Order: sequence, then structure tokens, then C-alpha cells
Amino acid sequence: MQPITMTAAQIADAVAQGQISAREVAQAHFDQIASVDTELNAFLTLDTEGALAAADAIDSARADGEKLPALAGVPLALKDIIVTKDVETTAASKILKGWVPPYDATIVRKMRAAGIVVLGKTNLDEFAMGSSTENSAFGATRNPWDRTRTPGGSSGGSSAAVAGYEAPLAIGTDTGGSIRQPAAVTGIVGHKPTYGAVSRYGLIAFSSSLDQAGPFGRTVLDAALLHEAIAGHDPADSTSLTAPAPDVVAAAREGADADLTGLTVGVVTELGGAGYEAGVSAAVAATIAQLSNAGAKVVEISCPSFDYALGAYYLIAPSEASSNLAKFDAVRFGLRVGDNGVASLEEVMSQTRDAGFGAEVKRRIILGTYALSSGYYDAYYGQAQKVRTLISRDFSKAFEQCDVLVSPTSPTVAFPLGERVDDPMAMYAADLCTLPASLAGTPAISVPCGLSEGLPVGLQVMAPAFADDRCYRVAAAVETLTTAALGKPLLAHSTF
Amino acid sequence: MTVAHAPSYESAMSSYEPVIGLETHVELGTRTKMFCGCPTEFGAEPNTQICPVCLGLPGALPVANAAAIEATIRIGLALNCEIASWSRFARKNYFYPDMPKNFQTSQYDEPLCVNGYLDVVLDGETVRVEIERVHLEEDTGKSLHVGGSTGRIHGATHSLVDYNRAGIPLVEIVTKPVAGAGANAPQVAKAYVTELRDVIRALGVSDVRMEQGSMRCDVNTSLNRPGAQWGTRTETKNVNSLRSVERAVHSEIIRQAGLLDAGERIIQETRHFHEDTGQTTSGRSKEEATDYRYFPEPDLVPLAPDAAWVESLKATIPEPPSVRIRRLQEAWGLTDHEMSSIVNAGAVELITATVESGATVEAARKWWLGELARRANAQDVELEQLSITPAHVAELQALVDAGRINDKLARQALEGVLAGEGSPEQVVAARGLEVVSDSGALGAAVDAAIADNPDIAAKIRDGKLAAAGALVGAVMKSTKGQADAKTVRELILSKLS
Ligand SMILES: [Zn+2]
Repeated sequence: MQPITMTAAQIADAVAQGQISAREVAQAHFDQIASVDTELNAFLTLDTEGALAAADAIDSARADGEKLPALAGVPLALKDIIVTKDVETTAASKILKGWVPPYDATIVRKMRAAGIVVLGKTNLDEFAMGSSTENSAFGATRNPWDRTRTPGGSSGGSSAAVAGYEAPLAIGTDTGGSIRQPAAVTGIVGHKPTYGAVSRYGLIAFSSSLDQAGPFGRTVLDAALLHEAIAGHDPADSTSLTAPAPDVVAAAREGADADLTGLTVGVVTELGGAGYEAGVSAAVAATIAQLSNAGAKVVEISCPSFDYALGAYYLIAPSEASSNLAKFDAVRFGLRVGDNGVASLEEVMSQTRDAGFGAEVKRRIILGTYALSSGYYDAYYGQAQKVRTLISRDFSKAFEQCDVLVSPTSPTVAFPLGERVDDPMAMYAADLCTLPASLAGTPAISVPCGLSEGLPVGLQVMAPAFADDRCYRVAAAVETLTTAALGKPLLAHSTF
Repeated sequence: MTVAHAPSYESAMSSYEPVIGLETHVELGTRTKMFCGCPTEFGAEPNTQICPVCLGLPGALPVANAAAIEATIRIGLALNCEIASWSRFARKNYFYPDMPKNFQTSQYDEPLCVNGYLDVVLDGETVRVEIERVHLEEDTGKSLHVGGSTGRIHGATHSLVDYNRAGIPLVEIVTKPVAGAGANAPQVAKAYVTELRDVIRALGVSDVRMEQGSMRCDVNTSLNRPGAQWGTRTETKNVNSLRSVERAVHSEIIRQAGLLDAGERIIQETRHFHEDTGQTTSGRSKEEATDYRYFPEPDLVPLAPDAAWVESLKATIPEPPSVRIRRLQEAWGLTDHEMSSIVNAGAVELITATVESGATVEAARKWWLGELARRANAQDVELEQLSITPAHVAELQALVDAGRINDKLARQALEGVLAGEGSPEQVVAARGLEVVSDSGALGAAVDAAIADNPDIAAKIRDGKLAAAGALVGAVMKSTKGQADAKTVRELILSKLS
């Protein structure tokens, strides 16, 4: 078996048993990156030296007879909004170009401890603001299924890397759908954990109350294995959960049997219908029918407040962003423009921010600054927080009637590059289905569930807070059922 | 800017009533910073007590310091505040280079403590100053503007920032407006800040040193005609000593009265107090003030202090200083007037400590309100800023009481202690100040004086004892004052009897 087509679980097994060395695995992935990434542009930075050194360390530990950690030797692509010690971290922004952090994010430390080999840093929409990765200051990433289309966003570099066999695992971050939507449009699995399940320490903040890092994998089990490696309480993150993480790996294994007897699946009325591509709706409907065949009880559930999620999100996220991004001021790190000895401090800050931030980032800073202004706060930020509470209540009521909620992950399949760059509202609509779970802080997964005109469609499975395991269990069942319906794994339909 | 004619304070007070308000910032003496584990020691090399969190590096997150929260609640309890059962941090957004994140993590509409009061005693009268809120926030770094003549940002060629102070826990204590103090407003302001300092010092949560900036005061002042609505207030910053609090209110009252007399209006603005001139000058105008865009800090969880825990903290609140002063007055047997002189001189703690070190109340008062007050005044500093400890004062007095030095030598010894030469004992030894009591040496000096002044000696032998004074003077001169005059006299008389 080619190392690049192996799952993370298979690689970990093979390395542990000495069937393949961690270095061979890493090298095979670097070879794949060398051959495809000029086209995909999934990676911004490769840490070849660091990755090979980490792989060698695993190989010699094995040679010394040491017990290897769970994911020893498994390569990973890391979204470049997660801080890495001694490896450039840019958030795909000119304002941070060249910044080499002096510290590792908590999840990076955890992944290194789990034996994961970080290959490099992946492309994204600048500061995670976007749904297509076209807002990167360093060029768009292309979708391995169709190189004229986007890989989704903002974690499009990570989704493209996994779908393009450049890495079996990747880390994304999800603020309004930035893991789930890219996973859906590239035909892979992506999970947004319960808010607080994964430490945010070292995640460059976009919207602090929404940001959450999570796993990408080509299989549900792989995603669960990575989830297990990065989850858990972190004393350095005050919003980190103290409750023990649910056993998502066991749930993924259990769900693969595709026996959903006793499970009630709620279909969200508001997330579907007009405005959803016919192919997407058809694939999702077919999958729901299969869930019913697998023993699940299917009910339709209305969550009326979900209609206001988009409006609330585009007040809360930009408001927090306007404050979070204030630190990019040319004083302590990053870009500095106009410091000619004559310009005032204010002029240097202003020129730096003007030159360093892209259009979408500026748009959101301005929007957020306005929404927080004295006299507008109650009408905008305050009101949006109320909507957030209503959305949480809709979820609570829904989960009194069902175990999980399902919907399409995105209203469309991967859209063509350039199609929406000048139409922010169309771009924002890509996140319609993913926003409610973000605002409620509840877990949601996207799992491939079918094809629409040859392009992947994702099903979103949402669960109550802390019940990430339910997402994995149902997703694993969907994976089994979809593979059976298509005759082979969905990703194998990619001509890449 | 028009310069209005400045009236006298008395004339200002005959036309207007002042309303004051005080915002006091106190740096807590916690071991670590507010939101990270960096140490807080004062005076370290610039930028050696920093980390990703207090430097505001991308990705870093705050974790609130539990000791700082406890200290703030104890301050609130000592100031008779209600302790919130639900409180949140908020971001105060504005750009400034010594503020790493360009927002300060502070508290806005949900502070930890609200609605308290502090009673202060002014000339035997109790004045109640109401407290609006006590909240917790983080300090900023410190900018140093280099290359200009003023040390201010204008004209500087470059600026250096030290982030050691960034993130040190800071408690802000805000009074409600204090009206009705009349001409006493400056003294009330000073008495309040003094009492507040003593309360916080007694709690042991800060060293409250105004000269080191661990306690800083902003003073709001406005004037109104009697019976009229309160006037527009100004906020005076940089008020860095107790004396300055009083002077700042005083000078701002005179300045505002001058403007109002001239029919001008007061601009709501920030003003800077200058220690050297005792005047305030205009800073940034509030009319073009920044909108701080406060919103709840999403990186920190709300605080919900447990009621039972707060109750248990009440037991740790020491006796209020004003109550303590009445108790001390009784114990020391002083009159109201005597006690208020001590309070007004800011010498309560110093005298208490001096007495605890073994001196009598009388001796302690004599030193601190006499010689030491004179020197503090001459140097324009607070008593406690003098480089002498209460233990030194007690030691000095003990040397006098033991007859080892006389009053004149004691002043010289004091000089040495203040000059940093060590303890009184050490100074006496090093400077050789001890009274010459060795009878051999003294006897020789007396013999020499008798031999040098045979005429005077003869007079004494003839019973003209008044002449002994001249011989005593000669001995004192030859011993450079280091003899006890009484002993010398007795020695002379016995030798010539
Ligand atoms: Zn620090």
C-alpha cells in the first residue's frame, strides 16, 4: 500500500509494528506535496527539517523498544492560524508575514506528544475570514476534485491537503463553519468540537467566543483519533472545558456498524429547501432515507431562530475580530510600514494596517468597530447576543425530541474560484447551515454523503454540547452507508 | 487660551461650591501578574518579566489571577461594598503602544464591588465618602520617549516601551461625587486618599507607594454656584503624592473660579498636575474622547464569587483605620488636637511602629512631628519617604535615654542615618559621637582646662560657682561637644572644692 493512501489509523499501526518507518511515511507525503502542491497551493510553509527530525525520533524510539504514542509517525497538515514555535505563522496575512512565534499552541504540544509529524502550515482565508480560501494574501487554494473550484474555507488549505493525499490528517479552525464547509466540498470528514473541548491557546483569535480548532480526516475514525489527541482541559485557556472528553474513537468504531436502532434523527426544516442546490438536497434526502433504513427514527424539527443566525454571526464575529486584531499595530511584531523617522506613531500604525490587512479583514474590522460603538452596541452586539440565546434554546428544545440534528453542510457543492469574491453576501451564504452550531457552541461534524454532478456533498450531524461522540457515531454510520451506496469510498470517486 | 485672573482661594470659596470625585488605581502586590505567571517585582531590567500573554502575542490567552480577585474583594469588603455575585471582565478598546493588545482587560458594567463608603476623620469630624465601585483590571507597560526635551511624545526621536508593568493587577476605586465639603474639599480629598492608602496597607494587598506609582490618583473637580446644578468637571491626572492631591484640588478650584468669574465655561477635559508648579495644564479634551467600545471579554469566564467564601473573607478584614485611630488616641492619652496633628502629618503608622520598637509615645511624637517633619517639609517629601525607619527613631531615643548621646549629638546621629550611613548605633560609632564618659579622659580634659585658666579656677575656689560655666565651655570645646555638660560641671566643682 502507498503510504499516501493509507489512513492515519493504518499508518499508526504500520509504524508501530515496524512495517514502515515514520521517515518513509513523511518522505512519501513530502513527495506528494512536491508533485501536486504547485497546483493546489494548500501549503504556505513546509517544515521538512522539523518533520523529518520528528519522524527519525519516532523511528529510533521504536528501535530502542519504547512504546510509541497513539499516532506515532502520522503526518499532519496544520492550518497556519495555529502558532508553532520556530516555524513561521502568518494567518495568511501580509501583516504577519515573517513572524516566527516563540511558543507552541497547546494543541501543537499535544500532537507532538501523540507522535504526530507536522509537515507544514496550510493556507486559509486571511485570519480565517472567508469561505473559499480566496482571501489568503498568498493566493487561493484549489480543490483537488476540480482545480477551477475552491476547496471551501477558511480552512481550505487543510481540506485540500487531506483530499489531495498530501496528509492523512489536518487541523482546521471553525468559527462559523470553517472546518465543516471545506470538509463537505472536498469530500472528507471535518468536525467542530463543543466550544471549549479543544484548547484555543495558540490559536490566533478571529472571534474568541466562536473559534474552535478541530480535526480533518479522510475517514471518521481518523478524525476521531485526531480529536482524541487534541481534546482535553487546558489551564492556559480559561474557556476550556473541565469535563472529561467523551470517547469519540469508540463512538466512531461503534457507528461503523451502521445500526442506528433506537436513535432519533431530527431534520432541521429551516436548513433546506429553496436556495439549496437540487443535487445537494437530493444527496442529503437519500442519506436520511438510508439512516431510517439503518434503524433510526427520523423526525422533522423546526428551529425558527436559525433564520437569524447569519445576521447575528456577522455582528458578533466582526465585533470580536475588531478587538482581537487591534494588536497588529507594527509595534512588537510583524509588518511595519512608513516608519521613516518623520511619521507619527499613529501614522505608522495606520499605514501598516492599511497595507497589511486584506479587503475582507478590513470590511469586518470596520463592521465590528461600528457595531460596538457607543449608541449602537445594544442594537447590534447586544441584540445579536440575544439571538444567540434563542438559537441555543432552539437546540435545547430540538434535543428534547431527537438525539442528533442533520442538515446539508453547505447549500452548494464547491463553487468556482472567483465566483463570489466580489459578492460578500453570496460568500457568507456558504455558511448558512453551519452557523447555528457555532453560535450555540455545540458540536457538529460534516461527513461525505453523496455526489452531485460528480462533486462531493456533505451531511452535517449536530449534537448537544459535550456529546461530540454522537456526531462521530452517526457520521461513521453515514460513511458505511455511503460507501456501500457508491460501491467505494466517496473520495475514491475523485479523479485527482 | 485665555488666561483668566486667578482669584484667591477664599474669594473662590465665597462664590462657589466644589464637588470632587476621586479615581484611585492601586497596583496589587500579588506574586504574579493579572493574567499570566510573570513576576511583578518592581525595578527589574526592562522587558525581562514578560511572556506571550502579557506581550499580547497572537494566540496567547489570559487566565485570571485568583489572588488578585480575592484581594479586590477584600478591598471591597474593607470599603463596605456589596460584592457582586456575578461579575465580568470587559475589553476597553483603544490604541496605545504601551498596551500590548490595544485593549485593556478591565471591568465595565459588571464590577466586582459596588456601593460602599469610607469614613475619614478631618479635624475630629467624620466625613463619609461614598464609593461607587471597585474593579479589577490590568496595568499597561511604560513608554519612555527619547530624544525630546520634555520626555513627552512630542519632539521625541523615538520611544522605548518596557512591558514589565504590563499586566500587573490594578484595582480601580471610584468614589461617588463628594459634595458639601466646601472650603475643606482639598483636605477631604487628601484625607480620603490617606485613609484609603492606610486601609489597603492594613489589608496587606499592596505596598501603596504613590512615589513608585503603585498607588495613583485622578482627581475630578467641578464648581457650582450655591444651590445651582453641579458644574462641568475636569479630571486631573498625575497626582502622585498625598500633598499633591490636596494641592491639585486647591489649584483647580482657583483656576475654575477664575474662568467662571470671567464668564467663561469649563471644558470637560483631562488635565495634568505638575508637582513643581502646583498647577494643572490641559491634556486631551473629553469632547473628542475615544469611544472605548467596551464589550464582555470573551476569553475569560464570568466571575461568580461564592457567598460563603466572601463571608469567610470578611473575617480577614482588619479594624478600619479611623476606628483604630480613636483606639490609639485613647491608649496614647492624647487630645483630639494632638491626635489630628499626627493624622494630618501622615505619622500614625510611623509613630505606632516607633512605639512598638520601644520608644515612648511622647518621644515618638517629638521626633516625627518635630525634627523629622521639619526635614520632610524642607525636602518637600512625605515623612515616610525619609530614609529612616521607626526602629531607627526608637534606637536613637534609647541612646539619648541611656545618656550615651545628648540632644545635639542625637541630631548629628540622625543626620547620619538620613544620609544612609546605617543605624543610629552604627552612625554614633562611625562618627565617634558618643558622649565622653570615660572619667580618665574627661578628668584630663578638666585638669587641662583648670591649668589653662588659673584665674577662673581661683574664682571658683573662692566660692564664685557661677564662673564654672566658662570652664565647662572650655571642656566642651576641647571634647568637641561630646561630653555631658552636667557631668563636666560636677567634675570641675569637685576638683576645685
Ligand atoms: Zn506574562
